[in-house]
Amino acid sequence: MSVSPDALVEIAEEVQDQQPEDSGSGREIGNRRLRKEDQRLITGRTKWTDNIVLPGMVHLAMVRSPFAHARITGIDTSAAAEAPNVIGVYTAADFPEGLGVCANAWPITPDQVTPDHLPMVGERVACAGEIVAVVAARSAAEARDAAELVDVDYDELPAVLDGMEALKDEVLAHPDKGTNKSAFWKLDSAEAGTGGNVDEAVAAAREDGIVIEREYRQQRLVPAFMEPRSTVVDPTGEQVTMWTSTQVPHILRFLIAATTGMPESKVRVIAPDVGGGFGGKLQTTPEEFITLAVARRLGKPAKYTETRSESLLSAHHGRDQYQKLTLSATKDGTVTGLKVDLVANLGAYVAIVGGGVPVLGAWMFNAIYKFPAYQFNCQTVLTNTTWVDAYRGAGRPEATYAIERIMDELAAEVGVDPLEIRERNWIKHEEFPFTSVAGMVYDSGNYEAATARAKELFGYDELRAEQKARRESGDPVQLGIGVSTFTEMCGLAPSRVLGQLSYGAGGWESASIRMLPTGKVEVITGTSPHGQGHETAWSQIVADRLGVPFEDVEVLHGDTQVAYKGLDTYGSRSLVVGGEAVVRAADKVIEKAKAFAAHLLEANADDLEFSGGRYAVKGTDKGIGITEVALATFASHNYPEDLEPGIDADATYDPVNFSFPHGTHLCAMEVDTETGASRMRRYVCVDDIGHIINPLIVEGQIHGGLVQGIAQALWEEAVFDDNGTLVTGSFVDYTLPTAADTISFVTENTTSPSTTNTLGTKGVGEAGTIASTPAVVNAIVDALRDRGINDIQMPCTPHRVWSAIQGAGGAMATPAEGQPHFHEDAPTNADPGTTGEGSAQ
Amino acid sequence: MIPASFEYLAPTSLADALSALAEAGDEGKVLAGGQSLLPVLRMRLNAPEKVIDLGRIEELRGIREDGDHLVIGAMTTHADVAASDLVWEHAAVLADAAAEVADPQIRHRGTIGGALVHADPAGDLGAPVLALDAEFVIAGPGGERTVAAADFFVDLFETAVEDGELLTAIRIPKHTGWGGHYEKFVRVAHQWSIVAVAAAVRVEDGAIAEAKVGLTNMGSTPLRAAAVESALVGRSTGDLGDACSAAADGTNPPSDLNGDAEYRKHLATVLTKRAVLAAAGG
Repeated sequence: MSVSPDALVEIAEEVQDQQPEDSGSGREIGNRRLRKEDQRLITGRTKWTDNIVLPGMVHLAMVRSPFAHARITGIDTSAAAEAPNVIGVYTAADFPEGLGVCANAWPITPDQVTPDHLPMVGERVACAGEIVAVVAARSAAEARDAAELVDVDYDELPAVLDGMEALKDEVLAHPDKGTNKSAFWKLDSAEAGTGGNVDEAVAAAREDGIVIEREYRQQRLVPAFMEPRSTVVDPTGEQVTMWTSTQVPHILRFLIAATTGMPESKVRVIAPDVGGGFGGKLQTTPEEFITLAVARRLGKPAKYTETRSESLLSAHHGRDQYQKLTLSATKDGTVTGLKVDLVANLGAYVAIVGGGVPVLGAWMFNAIYKFPAYQFNCQTVLTNTTWVDAYRGAGRPEATYAIERIMDELAAEVGVDPLEIRERNWIKHEEFPFTSVAGMVYDSGNYEAATARAKELFGYDELRAEQKARRESGDPVQLGIGVSTFTEMCGLAPSRVLGQLSYGAGGWESASIRMLPTGKVEVITGTSPHGQGHETAWSQIVADRLGVPFEDVEVLHGDTQVAYKGLDTYGSRSLVVGGEAVVRAADKVIEKAKAFAAHLLEANADDLEFSGGRYAVKGTDKGIGITEVALATFASHNYPEDLEPGIDADATYDPVNFSFPHGTHLCAMEVDTETGASRMRRYVCVDDIGHIINPLIVEGQIHGGLVQGIAQALWEEAVFDDNGTLVTGSFVDYTLPTAADTISFVTENTTSPSTTNTLGTKGVGEAGTIASTPAVVNAIVDALRDRGINDIQMPCTPHRVWSAIQGAGGAMATPAEGQPHFHEDAPTNADPGTTGEGSAQ
Repeated sequence: MIPASFEYLAPTSLADALSALAEAGDEGKVLAGGQSLLPVLRMRLNAPEKVIDLGRIEELRGIREDGDHLVIGAMTTHADVAASDLVWEHAAVLADAAAEVADPQIRHRGTIGGALVHADPAGDLGAPVLALDAEFVIAGPGGERTVAAADFFVDLFETAVEDGELLTAIRIPKHTGWGGHYEKFVRVAHQWSIVAVAAAVRVEDGAIAEAKVGLTNMGSTPLRAAAVESALVGRSTGDLGDACSAAADGTNPPSDLNGDAEYRKHLATVLTKRAVLAAAGG
């Protein structure tokens, strides 16, 4: 079905009709507000970094290594330097004082092997795409033309690409380091005092019980944000200003100062509108340091914008782990122990939190379950591949995938329904707060409620009946049902916990509220949205708290000169930590303004009540609005002598705990056994993310997150050939899905509020991605389990599924007559009107 | 990404285009929609000095009847082919294939002639035109010549169109009353075909009277599944038996990230059966 422009207008009008009418009078929290930032973000008529043009600006093009590992024996820049309108060609040798360092901020052990990650290399490249020279020219086209004229001689060195190969230390990614092993990190519940000894549990289960051992592969993924990375640096004036497509302007400013020696006060970083990140923009990048150095060298503004091909190769990659799990249980399926052994491929360098991402799994493999004994071992290794770091979920999707896959294996072994095996092991709702075997305190949750609702929405029993019927009739299209009952940890993070983990920064967040004399309100947040909708959600929080109209609240962010303090956006932290800071700043404003209100009303402050934006004297009709107080403090003609005139306030909030969203996701997949193709039939998720500020934003996060997780299960994989060349170097081969490849999801929520923040929120940015991957693979395996198939490696391509069927003894003895019987009523995205169907928030 | 600079020429007549092409010689490249050429230029895999855009030549566009043939101008877009009642009536499998090319944006820019001369074996239009025994009208400095579909596809990215020549039209014998279906197998919707099968079938009294089957991406050029075509004749549409089992005979499909040759051969047999059944209205 195609959508005509007229239909789009109708849809837009329909959505317009759903806008809440009562602005300022009712509760904003919980309203399905359209996002105030969307018009500019969707049309692109905004301050994307690449849209910024400065007088006299030069354009940069990078010269990158085509080899995965090579010694540089010579660089001839003379032809490039003579090309039309070229202003300069630089190599690492032109910056003897260095260009800064792409720092690792989280050394997971004191003896971690951490090769120096320099923005531009002069002697040896350690992965394809490393930058060896940069051209500055009057136009981007001339810079690109000249870059092709830079002649670099390489002496190829043997390259190690795979994590398990790297472990052997036969070929070294960095020969000078003597090993590929970067760090080994361990959590053992017996040693930590949080549980029993896992080896004893496994030994006991081998005697009398069940032991399941499985190996899973987390393939390498590319974050593939919509806006390619771009950086503009203006070195003129007293401060150097950098506009850059980043999630982390504050961290970047700090690390520029820390690694280049520039005074932090001379550096201003601005993240203007940023088109997506998914973790892929939380790095401090070679390109940012090089653009900074060239602009300063020339004394002219400089811009670098990457091509999509450069982005796929050189923006950091995600996942890439080998996982080995050993699960022990009693014969009835009660888990007695879990042992996890990981090998994580970090790529050529330990990226900003590259070593820490797999370690985050340590607290998540035990998931929602009451495992009495647990051990987590993580070995990180270096290879000659693109560096690997956070990608939507960061550590939690990997852990959730493995545990939710192996719980299905346990259910199959015991011979019970996968939901039943989970219920046998999960934390009961009356057992919260619950201290997990990994030492985390889960404050709230209700797995029973979410699961019951998901089963109902899904039509679980009916689909099981259809599965049975298709099996019995030998239908070439088999049906499988996949379960994922996930939890995650959001709200990075209590600073003390981060300190114990040797993380290089804290986990607090900052907010300021400025009460303007005209009654408008400015909220300054240290979070740095890149598509999340903070401007809308923070406005809703403040409008409710201060009792001012939603439209009167402006949210400012992403500029270190405006939001001078902050720790930015990643790890589903912004609402849980940053939103709480906003609440606390608003409460300080209310408290400060109260003294002025009392003075102006000639009343005792204790007799004032604040409600709906107004201070009223109890038992009278006397009162004054908070915006009137703001105007009065601006004039300052009449105020208490012991107070400073002004009611603005700042707050910094350091969380006391993580938050723990959870949910039950159910997925039905139809598997065409003749071709190996899998088709999604139905997807239902019931997420418990605590209280919801804006249901529309939550649905957007869930839908997008689901597709990214489903994409790992079915479609995406970054593949290098034996030489270390990225085969999936364009969207022809890196098969990113589009709306046409997905169905319409059914999303709902149950609510058990977080007990550790005022709003009771838990975070939602990564939930869909974390939960959906195992749901899809479990469904495909479930469809084929009666043939003896118990795993398909991701992505579950038709070829892999078909090969598994062949390996298990083939499909049908004779090809079926007639067409395959897919269920034709699966809701598709062709009709936008059905999106969000079944939602009841 | 930014292509290397080139001179852009936009002739408005076939004669001007041919002389521009003659003048450019080895340094010229024809732009016929650009959905494959522009990525190649942008990734700097090719850097012609002159790009000759055929987009403004009205006479190369459009679909018309010519006796017992359909004539489709080389610069007709995939979207126009897919939306044409004439094509659905007389060459249904081609219309069905055109509707499956890539995504809507590409179907509104890309052209049938551009795609056929580009001759990517994973492209969707070669198999249906080969199956329908189309003829290719090629203009050159010496005038016009017509090449049969069987002789048009020479090798990977190579056709009978010589340097200095332009494909101007595709002439398709009318297959009025034939059923047609293009069965395309991809992992994501906008992808090149992993394997696809074009089937055109004429059914009489519940049995297949004639069948024509073309294969996409089963070798360096589009291929005819001749053994299947003859095996299908006389079969009841309700019972094809093993008529499609020889679909991959004589093929030499590639191996890549989407699957190896053995898998593609298997897919060809499954998809052929499905394409024929759908074409026969089953």
